[in-house]
Amino acid sequence: MYKILDKVDYSDDVYMQVIEAPAVAAAAQPGQFIVLRIHEEGERIPLTIADFDRDKGTITIVVQAIGKSTRHLQKLGKGDSLANFIGPLGIPSEIENYGTVVCAGGGVGVAPVYPIARALKEAGNKVISIVAARNEKLLLWQDKMGEISDELIVTTDDGSCGRHCLVTEPLQELCETGGIDLIYAIGPGIMMKFCCKTTEPFGVKTIVSLNSIMVDGTGMCGACRVSVGGETKFVCVDGPEFDGHQVDFDLLMSRQRQYLSQEKESLDLYVECGGDQRCLK
Amino acid sequence: MPEVSNDKPERKPKRPKLPRTAIPEQPAKVRATNFEEVSLGYDEQMALTEASRCLQCKRPKCVLGCPVGIDIPAFIKLIEEGDPAAAIAKLKETTSFPAVCGRVCPQEEQCEKLCILGRKQEPVAIGRLERYAADWEAANGPSGKPEIAASKGKHVGVVGSGPAGVTCAGELAKMGYDVTIYEALHKPGGVLVYGIPEFRLPKDIVQRECDYVESLGVEIKLDHVIGRTMTVDQMAENGHDAIFLANGAGLPAFMNIPGENLNGVYSANEFLTRSNLMKAYRFPEYDTPIKVGKKVAVIGGGNVAMDAARTALRLGAEVHLIYRRSREEMPARNEEIHHAEEEGIIFDLLTNPTQILGDQEGWVEEIEVVDMELGEPDASGRRRPVPREGSERRIPVDVVIVSVGTKANPLLTKSTSGLELTGRGNIVADEHTLLTSKEGVFAGGDIVTGAATVILAMGAGKLAARSIDRYLQGQPLLTPEEEEAIQAASDKAAETAAAK
Repeated sequence: MYKILDKVDYSDDVYMQVIEAPAVAAAAQPGQFIVLRIHEEGERIPLTIADFDRDKGTITIVVQAIGKSTRHLQKLGKGDSLANFIGPLGIPSEIENYGTVVCAGGGVGVAPVYPIARALKEAGNKVISIVAARNEKLLLWQDKMGEISDELIVTTDDGSCGRHCLVTEPLQELCETGGIDLIYAIGPGIMMKFCCKTTEPFGVKTIVSLNSIMVDGTGMCGACRVSVGGETKFVCVDGPEFDGHQVDFDLLMSRQRQYLSQEKESLDLYVECGGDQRCLK
Repeated sequence: MPEVSNDKPERKPKRPKLPRTAIPEQPAKVRATNFEEVSLGYDEQMALTEASRCLQCKRPKCVLGCPVGIDIPAFIKLIEEGDPAAAIAKLKETTSFPAVCGRVCPQEEQCEKLCILGRKQEPVAIGRLERYAADWEAANGPSGKPEIAASKGKHVGVVGSGPAGVTCAGELAKMGYDVTIYEALHKPGGVLVYGIPEFRLPKDIVQRECDYVESLGVEIKLDHVIGRTMTVDQMAENGHDAIFLANGAGLPAFMNIPGENLNGVYSANEFLTRSNLMKAYRFPEYDTPIKVGKKVAVIGGGNVAMDAARTALRLGAEVHLIYRRSREEMPARNEEIHHAEEEGIIFDLLTNPTQILGDQEGWVEEIEVVDMELGEPDASGRRRPVPREGSERRIPVDVVIVSVGTKANPLLTKSTSGLELTGRGNIVADEHTLLTSKEGVFAGGDIVTGAATVILAMGAGKLAARSIDRYLQGQPLLTPEEEEAIQAASDKAAETAAAK
C-alpha cells in the first residue's frame, strides 16, 4: 500500500496529492509518469509526475477529476492509501542547455511542465513560462512556475486573470520575436495541437507530452499507440514526449474518447451509489 | 475427438485395455456465456481408472518429452495406489506449477506424444492426471512442504513472476538461496494472469501456485518495473549475487495495414489484459472498461488468438477468426481449436486482412480481406499463403483483435549495460547454461526465445536455477560430462553434415 501524505484541493475538480513511494521517487526524472490503482477493483490510471522528492521518498501528482476513478481518488486524503503505485515510467525529458526555452502548460498540464522547466532552468537555460487555463479558478502553480522561470506569462481564455487570450497568442509573439531554441507544450490534446500549429511555421522544435489511454504502461498492451511522423509509436515506452510537429493529434484525441460511454456509465453508477464501491456488485 | 481406438489389442496385454478416460466439460452452449472453467477435471474414480492405464514402462519415453523431466510413471502410480498426497509431493519435486501445467501444457506435443500406449490407442491422459493431483491438494490442504536446504547466504534477484521466473525462484529457494522476484504488474503470475483467460486457467489457481513459492521463502515485490524503478545494474549493486531475467515476450506486433489505429482495434494482449488482469468482463463492478462489440474479427491462428476469440464470444459477440493459412497450419493447440469451434467461433480460413475501415468518428466499421491459396512451403515448412487476385471483400465488424505475435520489450534491455541482444531485440543466452554476456546475469523464457509455451519457460527456469547454483558455488556452469555430451552431439552433427 502507498500512503497519501498530503492533499490539497485547487478547485472543485482539480487536486494535488503527495504519495509515499520511495522506490519510485528514487528513480523519478522530469517527464516521466506513474500508474496508480486505487483499490482491488480499480483501473490502472497513468498520470504524469508533477514533482518528486527523493529525500522524502514522495511523488506529487495533480489530477483533474473527470471520471469515476479520478472522482474516487479525489475523496481520498491524508492517511488513506492506494493499492498500487508504479513507476517511474516512460523516457525522461532530455535536459540540456538549449539556450532559451519556452515552457507552456495548459490547465493541469502545468503540473508536469513544472519539473521539466525546473530542470531546464538548473541546466542553465533561460526559461520563459506560459501558464494558461480557461479561467482564474483553474490556473495552477503560478507561484511555483514563477520561482523557476526567468519570465512568466499568465493567460486565461475568459480574461479573469492575466492576459485575455489563448496560450497560442504569447507563443506566436515569442516565435515572431525570435531567439527561442526549444518549446515544451503540455496540456489537453487540443491545446498541444494548436501550440504545435502555431510554432511549426517558425521551425522551432516543440515537444509535447502525450496522455493517451493506457493499461499496463510498460509496452505490453499497445493501448497507447499514436501516430508520429506516420509511424505507430507506443506512448508508454517510446514516449511520453514526442516532437509535436510529427504527432497526429486528431488520432490521439479520437482514441482518447474510446470509452466515453463506459466512463459515463461508471460515473453515473458511482454517483448513484453515493460513492460506495460495494454497491456496484 | 475419439477417445476409443479400434485397433487390434496388443499381443500380450498385461492390463485390461481401457479407453482413455474422457474429462467432463461444461456443455459448449452453456460455457459460451460464462467465464467458468471449461474443463471440470477428473473425479477420484476417473483418475484411478486413467492411472491404471499407465504401463509403468521401465524406460519411460514420456519423461523424455517433458521439458522439466517430471517422473511421470511414479506420480501416476501413486494416484493409482490411491495416494494423491504422495502424487502431488512427487510432482512438486520437479514442477512448481502442477495445477497450471496440467491445464495449459501442450501434452499432445510432449509427454503424451511419446507415450507407448499412443502407438496402438490413445496415450495416457498425463496432463489430466497431473491436474487431478494438484486439484486434490487444493481441495484437501497442502501435502507438506518440500525440503529446504540450509541457507547459503547468497541472494538472487529474479525479474518477472511468470512461469520462468517463479520456477527458477522456487528451485533456488529449495537449494537454500534468498530469492526476490521483481514483478512489474500489480499481481504475480505474468502471462498466467494477464494472458490466459479464467475459463482456461482460473486465477485463484495461479495465486495459489505463487503463494506456494512464497511459502518456500521467496519474496515477490510487485509494482517493480526493472529497467525503470530499478535497473539490472542497480540490482547487482544492491546485493544480488546473481540475476535471472525472465521478463517475458513484451510488445504486441501489428500487421502494418491501414486502419490499425482506429478505435475498436485491439492487440490481443490489450484485449486479454483488460479482461483477465483487470477483470473488465465484470465492468462496471471492476473499473476497467472493454469494448464488447457485436461482431468481432480476431486475426491470427495461435493459442492467444483462440483465447481472445473465446473471450469476445463470452462477452456476447459474434466472433470471426481470420487466419491466412488453413486449419492444418494453425499453431494453436488442437484442443483449443476444437473448443473454439464447439463454442461457435466462425473460422474464416485462408483469409487475410488488407485494411480496416472506419466511420466518421474514427470507429471500426469494416474489415477488408482477401482470399488466400497455399503455395510452395516457406522457411517454416508450412505452405506459403498467396493472395488470390480480385478476391477482396469487406466484412462489417465493430471490433478487431490483432493476434499476430509479439516483439521483444526494450524497456529492460535498453537500460542494461553490456547485455548482448539478437537482431530482434531478444536477449542472447547460452542454450546450455542460460548465461548472458553479462557477468552473473542469466536469462530465459520468452525474452530469449520469443513467444513460446508455459512449460518451455518453466524448463528455462529450472535450467537457470541449476546454472545459478553452480555459478554461486564457484563451479563451472557445465559439468565435464555435460561438456563432453554437448561436444559429442555437435561432432556428430558436423559428421552428418559432412557426409551429406
